[in-house]
Formats: sequence, C-alpha cells, structure tokens
Amino acid sequence: MLRLSAELAAQIREHARRAYPEECCGALLGQEGPEGRQVLAVVPLENTRTDARRNRFLVDAAGVLAAEREAARRGLLLLGWYHSHPDAPARPSAYDCEHAWPWYSYVIVAVEQGRPAALTSWRLQEDRAAFVSEPVTEVAVAVG
Amino acid sequence: MAVRVLIPTPLRPYAERREAVELEAATVGEALARLVEQFGELRRHLYADSGRLRSFVNVYVNEEDIRYLKQEQTPLRDGDVISIVPSIAGGRGVCHD
Repeated sequence: MLRLSAELAAQIREHARRAYPEECCGALLGQEGPEGRQVLAVVPLENTRTDARRNRFLVDAAGVLAAEREAARRGLLLLGWYHSHPDAPARPSAYDCEHAWPWYSYVIVAVEQGRPAALTSWRLQEDRAAFVSEPVTEVAVAVG
Repeated sequence: MAVRVLIPTPLRPYAERREAVELEAATVGEALARLVEQFGELRRHLYADSGRLRSFVNVYVNEEDIRYLKQEQTPLRDGDVISIVPSIAGGRGVCHD
C-alpha cells in the first residue's frame, strides 16, 4: 500500500504535464510502517538522458545521492521514484523492469496528449521477472 | 586488504539489513564476488546473466567511479570504502516518433 496526499499526487501530475512530451522523473520521500508506505514529499529531478527523452528517463548516481541526502535532511526515507509515460499506459514496460531495483516503489503517471491521467505504483518482484502492482491510496491531507 | 562495502537501501533486505559489510579483497571485483558469495540473493540484482555488472549499478572506491579507474580490476588498499550506488532508469518502451 502506498499512500500519498492529493496535493503530492497533483505535484507529480503537474511535473509530468510540464515535461510532456518528454518523460519526467523524481524521488518519493516518506515513511514506512505496518500499514505500508506513506509519501510525505516528492522531489522533482532532472531527466539526465540526453537522448530519447520522450520514452526514457535516467536519474544518475549523483541524482540518487542528492535524493538520499535530501531524505536524510528531512528525516525521511527515500521510498522510491516516479516517472511519466507520455501517451502510454501507466504500466511498467520491459525496459522499466530490466532496470528496476528491488524495495523501491515505482510510481508511473500516464500523460495522454498532454493531460496527466492514471497514476499507479509498482514494486519489483523478487525474481525480477515482473512488477507487482502496489495499491495507491490518495488521501485528502497528509497524515502521520 | 580490509575494506568496507556500503550497501544501498534497496539491497539491504538481501544483506541481513546491514548498511555495510567488512571483508577482505585485493580488487573491486574480488570484493563484489565475496559480497555475493556471502549474500547470494544480491547476485541477481548486481549482475546480469552475462556475468557483468548491470549498467545501472555504479561502484565507487572512496568516491571515485571505478569506470574511471580500472573497473573491477581496481586495486584496493586497507581502509578503502566501496560504495554501490544505483542509477534509476526506465521508460515507456519503444518510441514510435
């Protein structure tokens, strides 16, 4: 279960809208407990791909370390990442699967002709063969 | 050489939840090999079927990327710190533009 406020979901969607027709990406910071994960902050990041930005994104090692430092600064965990799929479903691709890390939550937002649409979350299966859908609950206000 | 390998958050569940592992190795390649010998579940997340490090696995020795050193043949000294740092990559799939 991944919980995030409507405001944070809106921030992700707005980043995706601004980046269209290219892919956007960012970090998810929050907490983890018995009831699942709660996203308490999102950090937009630069897509460091210099090519194929319409269908590929990359947060390089420096970006990952910066996200970890920001999480530590805020006393939060780096729970995972978000990215957008311009004119494609909010479902992981084979490329997403091939490059994924375990443990992280991967939020994907579809952008249909410039309009943000479905937002989903996924966790890499233990055997790396596929992703497992992680239920997302958008809450009215941040809690916890 | 006695070195310390820092384990990134997503791999800690496969390394007994440890943030770091101390081990003996002469090169980076040897250190990573000993790491996956000790924690076998790390292997599939660090290495492709080809036996090579996955492209999104970045390895540093004392903050120097091994790609700019001698890759996995980079020699180690006592007290060196090896960091495994993810890159995060993905995308929607084939672009038809």
